[in-house]
Amino acid sequence: MYRTIMVPVDLAHVDRLRKALATAADLARHYGIPVCYVGVTAATPGSVAHNPEEFAVRLDAFARSEAASYGHTASAKACTSHDPSVDLDKALMQAIRDTGADLVVMASHVPGLPDHIFASNAGWLASHAAVSVLVVR
Amino acid sequence: MSDHNAVSPDGEVNPIETDYRVGQDNIQASIGPFGLDIHNPVFVISGLTIIVFVVFSLALQEQAAALFGWLRPALTSTFDWFFLLAGNVFVLLCLFLIVSPYGRVRLGGKEAVPDYSYSGWFAMLFAAGMGIGLMFYGVSEPLSHYASSVAEGAGNAASWAPLAGATGDSEAARRLGMAATIFHWGLHPWAIYAVVALALALFSYNKGLPLTVRSVFYPIFGERIWGWPGHIIDTLAVFATLFGLATSLGLGAEQANAGLEFLFGIPVTDVSKVLLITGITGVALVSVVAGLDAGVKRLSEINMVLAVLLLLFVILTGPTLAILSGFFLNLAAYVEYLPALSNPVGRGDDNFRQGWTAFYWAWWISWSPFVGMFIARVSRGRTVRELLVCVLLIPSLVSVLWMTAFGGTAISQLVNDGYTAAADAALELQLFSMLEALPLHQITSFLGIVLVIVFFVTSSDSGSLVIDTITAGGKVDAPVTQRVFWACFEGLVAIALLLGGGLTALQAASVSTGFPFAIVLLLACYAIVKGLASEPR
Repeated sequence: MYRTIMVPVDLAHVDRLRKALATAADLARHYGIPVCYVGVTAATPGSVAHNPEEFAVRLDAFARSEAASYGHTASAKACTSHDPSVDLDKALMQAIRDTGADLVVMASHVPGLPDHIFASNAGWLASHAAVSVLVVR
Repeated sequence: MSDHNAVSPDGEVNPIETDYRVGQDNIQASIGPFGLDIHNPVFVISGLTIIVFVVFSLALQEQAAALFGWLRPALTSTFDWFFLLAGNVFVLLCLFLIVSPYGRVRLGGKEAVPDYSYSGWFAMLFAAGMGIGLMFYGVSEPLSHYASSVAEGAGNAASWAPLAGATGDSEAARRLGMAATIFHWGLHPWAIYAVVALALALFSYNKGLPLTVRSVFYPIFGERIWGWPGHIIDTLAVFATLFGLATSLGLGAEQANAGLEFLFGIPVTDVSKVLLITGITGVALVSVVAGLDAGVKRLSEINMVLAVLLLLFVILTGPTLAILSGFFLNLAAYVEYLPALSNPVGRGDDNFRQGWTAFYWAWWISWSPFVGMFIARVSRGRTVRELLVCVLLIPSLVSVLWMTAFGGTAISQLVNDGYTAAADAALELQLFSMLEALPLHQITSFLGIVLVIVFFVTSSDSGSLVIDTITAGGKVDAPVTQRVFWACFEGLVAIALLLGGGLTALQAASVSTGFPFAIVLLLACYAIVKGLASEPR
């Protein structure tokens, strides 16, 4: 039914993503398809890594550990953005095209008042992406 | 995270090993429905102090006006020598680094490639670095220096002429006036920005430290920089940025209002200015929420196109040949007078040195964390030499051309055509009065107002971006609501200062934050050399 699952991850808050990560792994095993973990970073030092190259190494290690835990095939794609606070949505949209994913599994918060002004990243992706988006709350 | 530097960026660098993690002192919370990711205590101290300042300026307007009226001359007359000396140190350091082997160091690693094309990069750094000032002072400053230099008694204690003036000698006064103006807009301001930009880029991209001003001082303070010495430096940087920006926003509001009255008869009142600041801050909010690429960069490029159009128009419809030859003559005059104008001691031109030069230097210094960090953020992949040449020399040459076209035309109108309207007009109206003597003045004046407003927006949005990064402990992915907060505050501070003392208050605020930050920058010069010395070349 699906070819590739894309899972956007924030390496600084992996603990908040556990449900979405488990859901993606279950679906990957169910359909026998790979998962591509996508992370977006800035070129400047951040809480996860000092530079984009180090970020890519950490994301790769994360993908391998998920694959080892859940027993599915996994890869990683690190994207660099000039301004991740506002360009995250566009970076993820580009990652969908680059990875050829046809299902996005993404963690999100329960929507509240501010979502009427600033849509959540998952909400924006579900509204704009041409592929299926499973928002895990 | 002590293994943080295990992976080098693009090519070899010599990172600083520290256990400090970007954002480790941050508070991650929410106020109502909005998320926060702010540095403790930098955000809290700077935010609260600025709120107290705004309330004081608005509630006690008379007292505030008296305080600001005293503060600016007090600081610039006492510490003028210090500002001038510091400015010279920054220029000499930049020139040394351009010709030294340190110039080969690439920001982001030996193999790093630039994130932005030359045109986008240059547009952003120019729009951020000069902005409204060029519009406000482009006509008025050369005219003012010319008039004070040629006048009877130039060189007396009461005169505002640069150096000894040139009483009665129109040609010498023109050369001196243009040289003095270019001195204020040429190498010195851009060297100040270049020092901050280079320091931030080096310690962030090559040394792996957070993109915040305190990181530059790691070679001096070591691990203590993550404590109070660093908190004080970052808080000072926030104050300097906010007040430096507010000065520009105040100038922009004054000039846009004057232009709107000139063209459409909209009265110059506090209400008009407050409405202007509010409206333009609203546009800046849209830009800041749109982000660096979609908002700030695009507006900077629009700005660049509009500025080039206006510049070309003035060159073509003004005294074209005089402007083109004037470019080289003014450059030569600048070089000739540079040693005397930059001399910090033993001069007689107190009014000029303290009222103009020291004020400008303080203003540029107060802008430097903002412009410097902004330039650093868009300069990954450039070599030190490339960064310094492009930040120091090219904008200086553009400033010479701009001042020659606008100021030179205004002086030519006064001297050759006997057109005195521009010279007689109020400071904020002189640009429009000069344009009035050229064809299609309705269109060009309107273009001038649009430029002031767009410069206003680009300064406000990129400033919010920078203050947000500093107050988020160097994180560039903090919630967007924080940028909205700072953009609103910039507008509020500009309004508070305009109402509580007008331009004097704005200038006093930037001078008083520029002074302590000048000391910070002098220390940064040492840190830069130490940091570069350990980099692979």
